[in-house]
Amino acid sequence: MYEVRIHGRGGQGAVLAAQLLATALVFDGKYAVSIPAFGFERRGAPVVSFIRASEAPIRQLTNIYTPDCIICVDPTLARTVDIFAGLKPGGAMVQATSRPLEEVAVADTVGTVGLCDAVRIATEIFGRPITNTLMLGAFARTTGQVSLAALKKVIEQSDFRHAGLAQNLTALERGYEETTVHTLERRITA
Amino acid sequence: MNTTTTEAAAPAVAERTPQLMLVEGNEAAALGVALARPDMVAVYPITPQTSLVEKLAKLIADGGMDADIVDAEGEHSVLSVLQGSALAGGRTYTATCGPGLAFMFEPYFRTSGMRLPMVMTIVTRDGITPQSVWGGHQDAMTVREAGWIQIYCETVQEVLDTTVMAFRLAEHHDVMLPVNVCLDGNYLSYGASRVEMPDQAEVDDFMGRKDVNWHVALDPLRPMAVDPLTGGSGGTGPETFVRYRRGQCAGMKNALRVITELHEDWARRFGDSHRFAPLVEEYRLDDAEYAIMTLGSMTGAAKDAIDEARAAGEKVGLIKIKTFSPFPVEALKHALRDVRALGVVDRSVNFRWNCGPMFQETLGVLYRLGRQLPAQSFIGGLAGADLTVATFHRVIAETRALLERPAADEPVWLNAKD
Repeated sequence: MYEVRIHGRGGQGAVLAAQLLATALVFDGKYAVSIPAFGFERRGAPVVSFIRASEAPIRQLTNIYTPDCIICVDPTLARTVDIFAGLKPGGAMVQATSRPLEEVAVADTVGTVGLCDAVRIATEIFGRPITNTLMLGAFARTTGQVSLAALKKVIEQSDFRHAGLAQNLTALERGYEETTVHTLERRITA
Repeated sequence: MNTTTTEAAAPAVAERTPQLMLVEGNEAAALGVALARPDMVAVYPITPQTSLVEKLAKLIADGGMDADIVDAEGEHSVLSVLQGSALAGGRTYTATCGPGLAFMFEPYFRTSGMRLPMVMTIVTRDGITPQSVWGGHQDAMTVREAGWIQIYCETVQEVLDTTVMAFRLAEHHDVMLPVNVCLDGNYLSYGASRVEMPDQAEVDDFMGRKDVNWHVALDPLRPMAVDPLTGGSGGTGPETFVRYRRGQCAGMKNALRVITELHEDWARRFGDSHRFAPLVEEYRLDDAEYAIMTLGSMTGAAKDAIDEARAAGEKVGLIKIKTFSPFPVEALKHALRDVRALGVVDRSVNFRWNCGPMFQETLGVLYRLGRQLPAQSFIGGLAGADLTVATFHRVIAETRALLERPAADEPVWLNAKD
């Protein structure tokens, strides 16, 4: 079982990203579940969504408390939310940020870091900071848990149309290509 | 209205690749409805049911479903519209929850009294007050004495499959009762899982010829009164009224057999990934000394906890209730035959007995079983609270303790701050 928690702000598409990722995992031949956390989400407020993936059928329909990976699609969120809560020792972190690794807050539990300047790239592609599909590309690059081909197929089959479809495919590819992956020496054991 | 007859399709092709999709519980319910080809859908949106009826509206608008849809001004009208449609021979469907279900209570009771075969999804939501739009079984449990069949689903696949089966169940001539397919708000309604989409032609073959309302139909050539005024100590007297009630109870009793037959037929046609225990599921019960009992989407986490406890040497099993109404007394007696302690987890409250409703129903089964069995009521998952594997480890531990001491006369409140 591989568990992912996506952190975002209301309106950034964290819930949609979870569904797209879970669908891509199904296309890769895995079992997958996505669940949004429940609250009165409003634009700009912190939100989370969850994804489970496994080679075997998944029975738990619950929130995720000890993820293997966190994806943070917003560069400012880590200042207000403990995005590392419950992360498994040696887990992965995929962060939207313009900063280099030395300037990013990374908890001791993190083993792998993927950094993507998603807001800048999204602004170039969409004219707006829509980072969710970019960060799915960044996730694929950082963890290898899902194939880029499956993510592309999901976006091609989704409700994106015309310019939006082309833009999201570009965002996915640039998220994949323009993510830097760091493996950290320090590792906390359980 | 479309009242065309669904012709039986060609036999299923043995070799086929199932269509895998990722869908939410709400979407699965809508897809199941579409597969069953209803004539009339009436809706009023309410959280957490909204994405279900949005999906239905989209399917109908896009031509993926040949049904009429009425966006009524409230749930009372929703059910009243469907009653007219059902009386005219239409296959009918709606979905609601919580306050919406409360608002349709009068026609809700009338639907079962008139023996109208209707399917309604309850995307279960906790009761108000205090305010909550999140999941809990209080809405469905509160109406359990209104003569509807109520079936609870554990997984998204089960939602899809059960929704289709519910139409054949409701319309079965030995049953002729409306059916609630209950799916948990939040964790199941918005939880998206991998499902295998059944083939439409094979579903058409399963459904057979549409024969919805043969017993009391709106027909200008054959005028008849429905829903007569009955009762009182004089006049017509109570005989007609009593005949209605006895008939409803007989339909309920027959439903236990028909539900079992339909699940077997469905699994035979569609394969093991579409096989679900129709009434009561026994999970790792064979040599279990004690057991926990679950309902709905909480069951998945509970099964994972059982596996972990088994791996640690605990002789514990799980009993899942799928069909809650009619209550599967004989199937539950079978499941409980060798169990020496029982913990029952409810996602709603029985205010009269200070326990969970499923716990209270189970006490009646223990009487029929003729055994004194230490049993503990657990209440959790109210107002959208999460019931995790860790929660069920607590339930398992507290149930195990009943092997050595009597049960408390109080429920254990799982999500309380003690």
